[in-house]
Amino acid sequence: MSKKVYPNAKAALDGLLSDGMMIMAGGFGLCAIPENLILALRDSGVKNLTVVSNNCGVDDFGLGILLQTRQIKKMISSYVGENATFAKQFLDGELELEFNPQGTLAERCRAGGAGIPAFFTKTGVGTVVAEGKETREFNGEAYIMETALVAELSIVKAWKGDKNGNLVYRRTARNFNPPMATAGRVTIAEVEELVEVGQLDPNHIHTPGIYVNRIIQGARYEKRIERRTVRK
Amino acid sequence: MPWTLEQMCRLAAAELKDGYYVNLGIGMPTEVANYIPDGVSVTLQSENGMLGMGPFPSENEVDADLINAGKQTISELPESVYFDSAESFAMIRGGHIDMSILGALQVAGNGDLANWMIPGKMVKGMGGAMDLVAGVKRVVVLMEHNAKDGSAKLVKSCSLPLTGKAVVDLVITDLGVFEIDQKGMKLIEKAPDISVDEIKKRTEAPFTH
Repeated sequence: MSKKVYPNAKAALDGLLSDGMMIMAGGFGLCAIPENLILALRDSGVKNLTVVSNNCGVDDFGLGILLQTRQIKKMISSYVGENATFAKQFLDGELELEFNPQGTLAERCRAGGAGIPAFFTKTGVGTVVAEGKETREFNGEAYIMETALVAELSIVKAWKGDKNGNLVYRRTARNFNPPMATAGRVTIAEVEELVEVGQLDPNHIHTPGIYVNRIIQGARYEKRIERRTVRK
Repeated sequence: MPWTLEQMCRLAAAELKDGYYVNLGIGMPTEVANYIPDGVSVTLQSENGMLGMGPFPSENEVDADLINAGKQTISELPESVYFDSAESFAMIRGGHIDMSILGALQVAGNGDLANWMIPGKMVKGMGGAMDLVAGVKRVVVLMEHNAKDGSAKLVKSCSLPLTGKAVVDLVITDLGVFEIDQKGMKLIEKAPDISVDEIKKRTEAPFTH
């Protein structure tokens, strides 16, 4: 089973990339983003990507790196306010953007991974989010239909992983990573610490390895903090 | 005299009941956590995946893996719990959160809320706001009574893109507290020495009192 283990991010992406593909990337803000795989995507030169990610990094870190190199054609996100490159490319018409409410985005990934093609939610009823979507009433309340997302590739980041791809996340660094890990036709996980099978407590696995096709130990983690705030 | 920000936060905090699970929006609503009355214990939810959010950390507690929905570093409490984004919004959408306190650009007399987008300006996104107002049991808005240009924020009908339709239950401004239900908007408390007439002048939405 250790054939899931790859020596580095570049090797893990080998044979999986094509221009115009859809990639899901875990993380919330800069917290728990797959730093090493994002850098390897940049180096690969793959372009016209549709990227599903809650945010788009900052100008010089995270997915913002792929904006600088103009490798992203479209973002599906809930909030992109931290990135001036993003604003410029969007206002210049170079970048497409689809806003999803954050919970709808998470559920679209969860549904995609769980084999549920669509679901009804009351989030966004009566707003621009509902435009063009089927509306149906259940128990007297209006709901809109949202479709599932399945990506050709998901890249996620965990704290620890074993050689079978079982993953454990730390604190709020879980966020979008588990639902996105389930929703990739191929999922690559990068971890801070790669351990032998049996070294993680099976009671405490967050993402079972069945969802993870390839795993690497990240070469380096900057783990940049977006808003360092301390008690006075 | 209009209420100060601190007084507004205290009014909002007084809405919190012992045992509540609460989500506080980014900005002024986050401050409400500092004014929770003695004897009232609430659990704060952060939609990026945490229940039992603690205060900002000390210098040596700062952890890149521990942030709130505003991407600020925070701390852990003994009762803290972590989960993923799908689980987080399941508890929000599923009606398990008792109260959300949010900021707003406009609130209409029927409870329509606009708080995520100003057309013509760079669109940042709605984040989790649409999910929160759709799913949380009670939605409280905390905002200045008027915009910086003096225009009304309590309006007959929102001109800005909506976050949710008929979702707001209570609005706290620097001039008054307004309850909203199916009958419309009612002024239930006003700041000292502020007349109903003055509030009417600075409010576009009709209200009873």
